Amino acid sequence: MQTFYSDLLVIGAGLSGERVACEAAQNGFKATCLSIVPARRSHSSAAQGGMQAALGNCAKGEGDNPDVHFIDTVKGSDWGCDQEVARLFADAAPIEMRRLAAWGVPWNRVVPGQSFYFKGGEKFEKYEKEENEGLITARSFGGTAKWRTCYTSDGTGHAVMCTMDNRCAQLGIDVFDKKEAISLIHDGDKCMGAVVRDLRNGQLEVHLAKATAICTGGFGRIYKATTNAVICDGGGHILAHETGLVPIGNPESIQFHPTGIVPTDILVTEGCRGDGGTLLDVNEERFMHIYEPEKAELASRDVVSRRMTEHMRAGKGVKSPYGEHLWLDIRHLGDKHISTKLREVDEICHHFLGVDPRVELIPVRPTQHYTMAGIRTNKDGAVYGLKGLYSAGEAACWDMHGFNRLGGNSLAETVVAGGIIGAKIVEFLKGYETTFDTGVVNAEVKRQEERIHDVTHGRNGKLNVYEVRNEMQEALMKGCFVFRNKEGLEECVQTLQGTMEKARKVGLVSDGVGANHELAAAMKLEGQVRLAMCIAQAALMRTESRGSHNREDFPERNDAEWLNRTLAYWPEGADMPDLKYEDTTPLFELPPGDRGYGGGKIIPADEKYVTERTVKSPVTEIGKKK
Amino acid sequence: MGRQLKFEIFRYNPERKGDVPHMQEFILDETPNMTLFIALNRLREEQDPSLVFDFCCRAGICGACAMVINGRPGLACQTKTKDQPGHIVLHPLPVFKLVGDLSVDTGVWFREMYAKTESWVHTNKVFDPAKEEERMDNEVAEQIYELERCIECGCCISACGTARLRDDFMGAAALNRIARFVVDPRDERTDREYFEVIGNDNGIFGCMGLLACEDVCPKGLPLQNQLGFLRRKMGITAMKQIFRKK
Ligand SMILES: Cc1cc2nc3c(=O)[nH]c(=O)nc-3n(C[C@H](O)[C@H](O)[C@H](O)COP(=O)(O)OP(=O)(O)OC[C@H]3O[C@@H](n4cnc5c(N)ncnc54)[C@H](O)[C@@H]3O)c2cc1C
Ligand code: SF4
Ligand code: SF4
Ligand code: FES
Repeated sequence: MQTFYSDLLVIGAGLSGERVACEAAQNGFKATCLSIVPARRSHSSAAQGGMQAALGNCAKGEGDNPDVHFIDTVKGSDWGCDQEVARLFADAAPIEMRRLAAWGVPWNRVVPGQSFYFKGGEKFEKYEKEENEGLITARSFGGTAKWRTCYTSDGTGHAVMCTMDNRCAQLGIDVFDKKEAISLIHDGDKCMGAVVRDLRNGQLEVHLAKATAICTGGFGRIYKATTNAVICDGGGHILAHETGLVPIGNPESIQFHPTGIVPTDILVTEGCRGDGGTLLDVNEERFMHIYEPEKAELASRDVVSRRMTEHMRAGKGVKSPYGEHLWLDIRHLGDKHISTKLREVDEICHHFLGVDPRVELIPVRPTQHYTMAGIRTNKDGAVYGLKGLYSAGEAACWDMHGFNRLGGNSLAETVVAGGIIGAKIVEFLKGYETTFDTGVVNAEVKRQEERIHDVTHGRNGKLNVYEVRNEMQEALMKGCFVFRNKEGLEECVQTLQGTMEKARKVGLVSDGVGANHELAAAMKLEGQVRLAMCIAQAALMRTESRGSHNREDFPERNDAEWLNRTLAYWPEGADMPDLKYEDTTPLFELPPGDRGYGGGKIIPADEKYVTERTVKSPVTEIGKKK
Repeated sequence: MGRQLKFEIFRYNPERKGDVPHMQEFILDETPNMTLFIALNRLREEQDPSLVFDFCCRAGICGACAMVINGRPGLACQTKTKDQPGHIVLHPLPVFKLVGDLSVDTGVWFREMYAKTESWVHTNKVFDPAKEEERMDNEVAEQIYELERCIECGCCISACGTARLRDDFMGAAALNRIARFVVDPRDERTDREYFEVIGNDNGIFGCMGLLACEDVCPKGLPLQNQLGFLRRKMGITAMKQIFRKK
C-alpha cells in the first residue's frame, strides 16, 4: 500500500480544486490534487457561457459595480443565500478575473466603436468607448442588471481550466488523475486525508494531509436526466456525509434546465427560445402560451421546466425508447440565423442527434442542471463537523446561491471561492502541526478493503448495481423534479427506503479486477441513495416554494417560517436523514423583498427579526424602496 | 425498425492474470439517435459489466472518449451509430499506455508534455490586485483561444506515423501548444528559448508533414498551419544560431 503525504490534499481538480491548490502552493505548502479524469476534462471545462464579475468595462456594463452584482445574486437566490458570502464573492470577483488574465486566460476584450446586438429578436446599436479598448469585455446573461459575464469566445470554462491547470504545472503541484477518493480518514474530530482507489489498476492507496478540501463538483448524475458529466456523481459529498458529522446544506435546492436534448441530455442554449424558438407537444402544437399567456416560451428556466413537466403529465409528451419528451422548433428561424447565431445548437443537433434543425424538430426535456445543495461550510469554506476539512465550488454549500444560482455565477464562484478559501486554508496550515494515528488509518483502509471484497464476492447479495441505480434515478425524476407535492414526495421517500435496502445488497456480475467501473458504481450507490433521500425528505418538510424548490401545494415563498437553511445529517446506522435548520444569513444588507420576476406570493418575515439583522450598506436603501 | 448492430471490441485487462488481448463480439439493437456513448453504456450495463472505456462530458468537449472507430481515431460520444456500418470495430488509441479494453492513459502523457513544453505563460511581471488589467488586442485574444481549443483527446498523436515509431516525438498537440504561447504577447520567451524545446527531431524537425493529425482532430484545429508556422520560425532561428556560432 502506497502512502502519500502533503500539507493540503485537494479532492477534485476542476477549477475550484486547482484554484485552492494554487493558493496553498504559492504560499509554500505542498498541495496534491486528485481527479477521476485528467484535470482538464473536469466539468468546469464544459461551461461555455462565461463568468460574472462587475468590471464595468463594456458599454452595456457601464455603472456596474460589486453592489449591483451583490443585489442580483441575493435576488437570484430568492433570499436563500448567506449575504456575507454573497458580499465576499461580489467584491472579489473582478480581482479574480484580472488575476486569471495575468495567468494567461485569453479573455475577449473591448473593441471600440459601433457594434450591434440582438435582444428579443430585435437589433440594437451600441458604442464602445475608445478609452476602454483592450480591457476585459462582458456579455449579457439572464437575471443580471448589467452586462457582466466575462467570456472567451464560446469556451470560457475550457480556456480558464487550461490556464488554471497550466498554473498548477508551473507551481509543481502534483495533479494525479484516474484517482478516486472513496472515504475520508478521520478520528471523529479532525480529518487526516482519504483512502483512494487508483482507477488504472484498482489498487488502494492512502493520502494523508494536514488539511483536506473537497472540490468534486455537482451530483447531477443521481438524476436520470442531467446536463452533467458522467463523473458528477456525488462522490465527494458521499465521503463527507458518510462520516455522520457533516451536513448537506439545502439538499432540496436543485436547478433544472428546460432544454436538454434527448437521449443524452446535452444542453441546448436558452438562446433558442430567446431568439423565437417554440416548444411543441406530441401533436406538434404550441402549449406554453396556454400556461403562461404573457411570457410563453420566454418565462424563466424554472417556470418553463415546470410547465413542460405538467404538459407531459397531461399525456402530451412524445414517447421514445428513452422516455417522454417534447419538441423544440427553430425551423422558422431560417438557415442564416441557425448557422450563425445558433451555430453551437446546430453542431449539437448534427453531432449527437443527426438532426438538421432547419427542417427537423429537436427532442428536448427538462433536465437536472446544477446543485445548489452541497457540503455545508462556513464563510471560510471550513466544513461543519470536522477540523481540517474544507470544501469549495459546486460541491460546497458555501451558500452564495441559496435556492437558485444565476447563470455565470457558478463558474465565477469556483475561482473566487477557491481564492478566498485557499487563503483561509493557508492561515490554518500556518503553525498547524498534527499527528496521524496509524490505527485510524489502518482501520479505515481495512474497512474499505472489506467493502470491496464483500461487493465483489456478492457477500451482501447479488442485486444488479445498474438496476438499483436506475430505480433511484427514476424515483427522483418522479418525485423530486421541477414540481413537488406532498403525495409525490411521500411516495418518493418510501420508494427510496426500498432502494436503500437494495443498495446494501448489490453484488458484482464482473470480477471487479483492474479499472473496473461496476465496482466504482457499486461503492457509491448507497451514498447516492442517501443523498437522494435527503433531497426528498428536505423537500417534503419545506412547505413553501422558493427559487428552484417548487411545491404545488405551497405556492408561496414563506419568509415567516422558512427563511432558513436545511442541514441534513445522516447519523451512523440511521435509515433517514436527521434534518436541522439554521438561519439563512447572519445579517441582511438587502432585506427580503420581491425578486422582480418569477411572480408568486410572499408571506413576509417578522419585521422585528429583519430590522434587527439589517446592517447599513450602500444597498440597504435600494432594498427599502421595494 | 432499427438494425441489429454487431460490435467487435478489443478486450484486454492487464490486471487480470492470464488475460490475453482478443476481440469480443456483442450484438445490440439500434435505437433512434444512438451514439457510441449510449451503445457502449448499454453493453456494459446489460451484457458485460467488465467492459472498460472512458466517457466524461459525453458532449464532445472534454476529449475523454477518443478511440479507434472502424480504423479511424475519433470521439465515441459524438459518433452516431447510424453513420456507421452495421459492423462496428473498436480499438483503443495506439501510442498511449493501455489501461484496459478501450481505455488508455492520456493523462500522464499530457502532463509530461506540459513539463516538456513548460506549458504556462513565462513572465517576470508580478500580479497587482489593485491595478486594472493589462490591455490586450481582442484579435490577439481570439487568436490565442483558437489554438487553446485542443481537448487533449490524443487523436492526432495516435494518427501520427512519427509518434507511433518514436516514443519521444512530441506530436502535433505539443507543437500546437508551443504555438499558443508563441502568439501570446504575455509570454516573454524568445525564439531561441522555444528552439531549445522543439528545434530538434523530437520536435518540429521530426514531423513528416503528412498531416494525418489535422485530418482526425475532432476540434478542427489548424494543425497544418501551426506546424508550418513553427517550422519556418524554427528554421530561421536555427540559421541565426549557426551564423552566431561562426
Ligand atoms: C453544460 C453546463 C454548462 C455550464 N455553463 C456554465 C456557465 O456558462 N457559467 C457558469 O457560471 N456555470 C456554468 N455551469 C456550471 C459550472 O460549470 C460548474 O458549476 C463548475 O464548473 C463546477 O466546478 P467545480 O470546480 O466545482 O467542479 P468540477 O469542474 O465539476 O470538477 C470536479 C472535480 O472533482 C473530481 N472528482 C469528483 N469526484 C471525485 C472523487 N471521488 N475522487 C477524486 N476526484 C473526484 C473530478 O474528476 C473533477 O476533477 C455549467 C454546467 C453545465 C453542466
Ligand atoms: S504532420 Fe507531423 S505531427 Fe502531423 S501526423 Fe504527420 S508527422 Fe505527425
Ligand atoms: S490537437 Fe486535436 S486531435 Fe490533437 S489532442 Fe488536441 S483536439 Fe485532439
Ligand atoms: S466524453 Fe467528452 S468528448 Fe466524448
